[in-house]
Amino acid sequence: MTTTTARSRVPAGGPRTGDPALSASGRRARRAAGRRQSLAAVVLMAPFFALLTTVFLIPVGTALYLSFFSDDQPGLGFGPERTVFVGLRSYAAVLTDPTFLGGLGTVALYCLIYLPLMVGGALALALLLDSGAARLRAFAQLGLFLPHAVPGIIAALIWLYLYTPGISPVIDLFARADVTIDFLGIHTVVPSIVNIALWSNLGYNMVVFYAALQAVPREVIEASVVDGAGPVRTALQVKTPLVRASIVMVAIFTLIWALQLFTEPMLLSQSSPMISARFSPSMYIYDAAFTRNNYSLAAAASVVLLVCTIALSYGVTRFTGRADTEETR
Amino acid sequence: MSATDSSLLRPGLLGRATVNVVVAVSVLYTLLPVLWLVLAATKDRDALFSSDLLSLGDFSLVRNLRDLFAMDGGLYGRWYLNSLLYAVLGAALGALLSTACGYAFDKYRFRHKEKLFGLVLAAVMVPQTVLALPLYLMASEAGLVNTFWAVFVPVLFNPFGVYLGRIFSRGYVPDEVLEAARVDGAGELTTYVRVSLRMLGPGLVTVFLFQLTAIWNNFFLPMVMLSDQDLYPVSLGLYQWNSSASVSPEYYPVVIMGSLLAVLPLILAFVLLQRFWRSGLTAGAVK
Repeated sequence: MTTTTARSRVPAGGPRTGDPALSASGRRARRAAGRRQSLAAVVLMAPFFALLTTVFLIPVGTALYLSFFSDDQPGLGFGPERTVFVGLRSYAAVLTDPTFLGGLGTVALYCLIYLPLMVGGALALALLLDSGAARLRAFAQLGLFLPHAVPGIIAALIWLYLYTPGISPVIDLFARADVTIDFLGIHTVVPSIVNIALWSNLGYNMVVFYAALQAVPREVIEASVVDGAGPVRTALQVKTPLVRASIVMVAIFTLIWALQLFTEPMLLSQSSPMISARFSPSMYIYDAAFTRNNYSLAAAASVVLLVCTIALSYGVTRFTGRADTEETR
Repeated sequence: MSATDSSLLRPGLLGRATVNVVVAVSVLYTLLPVLWLVLAATKDRDALFSSDLLSLGDFSLVRNLRDLFAMDGGLYGRWYLNSLLYAVLGAALGALLSTACGYAFDKYRFRHKEKLFGLVLAAVMVPQTVLALPLYLMASEAGLVNTFWAVFVPVLFNPFGVYLGRIFSRGYVPDEVLEAARVDGAGELTTYVRVSLRMLGPGLVTVFLFQLTAIWNNFFLPMVMLSDQDLYPVSLGLYQWNSSASVSPEYYPVVIMGSLLAVLPLILAFVLLQRFWRSGLTAGAVK
């Protein structure tokens, strides 16, 4: 990997477009400088690309390979183990497995609730803080951002306790108003997980949007005020389109993370029978690989998840890209 | 700040009240669970289950702390050190590697540059669960499963850091500086270490902080790679203790206390390095 990039490297300002006025010695000096720069680039990039090869390219290749091959154990597993090509058999097994499809459905539902709430909520808060009407802005930002410093597993722990009858003051409060609420019931478990993710990341994304809003030129906003736009219209029709790049970035990252849903349900599954070991695709992969030791099934499920991630990210980019061109038209 | 200079932009009194109520409720939503964690950490087991959080009668913070570090032969302290080692060392080394690579992407010209950069960006997208099984099989081939290295090496990989590194390098290190160093006859790498790296300082800190958070949060990889409790990071250790708590409730107070302590390093890092990561967020968002 790194060696091929090294060989194909063209020296910066190299002698390809040779200047005839340049003397031979000058050209030689320039070529030496170019070589030195190539060498420096290789040295600076080699460690990262070595890492990229070992912990990214080879694993992705291995996952692809595993998904097409399977260990065949003839005669009750006593004979010599052979690895045989099984074509798309593992993919067929994954895609017809109701537990995997159920997991995909769960994540789809999770994304449908989570994504709009997250992007809309974070943007709304950023616009409110940017409006000039909010007080104690620095404190509010710090408070909203705080959950980002709480590791995912601990956020899940805190909320698990807040969802647990007997420990939770929230359930207690509801009980006092004669409302029994089961946060980990069959219909509430996905919203409960959405809440954990929302709590963890709302402030972070708000800061991203706020930073982008701060970069909006003040003249643009003053112009809209002169044109008679009120604060709400200014926020929605002037500021929001101007931070579209950030909205797209936040949406894509939120989506990628949401599709990997693992930590929160894994922890909640310790206390809720509503969460099976194959609740989400990532949990399915973990279960297939390390509980059932079915590597080809796990690999095929991984590839399906990867393809979904790439397709959806591409979709979000295209979708917002089209909106972009339509607007400039 | 932002729009305060133009008073025309200020919403009316009613609007202002609404804005502040919404913001205040949101802040309560984010702060109260953390406050609950702090209060719960001061309670003994019985008080915890009676949900009587505000009574200060049974203040057992010190006892919970002592219990936490005594539980299972002092495992928690061990986990904490492991987490610090994985996160601080890993983030420092990882940030250096990815920033150097991003710098090279910005400052040097070579064939297939944008294709390679596209590969780096694609790596950001790939779920960790997809890589975990192959990484596990590779580690087991190399005899590294259940060792420090099985967790430490994969967490060094930070493709988003390369992206940030390239942006910071474009923003903070002017090409003229490099030209001047070349005219002076300084070597490329010497220039990088002596001049550019210093200018990249704030960017480097941002990448470090992002990676520190990611590694401190890391849960899936250690769960796959490690079976020796002595090598666990805090996240995995607390997960395991919590699964024991349903059987033996004496784990509840230590899990809560342990969670509280595990939150502190990142809060500390974010507060101390505040001015750096803010600029990093802007760079990532506005590009």
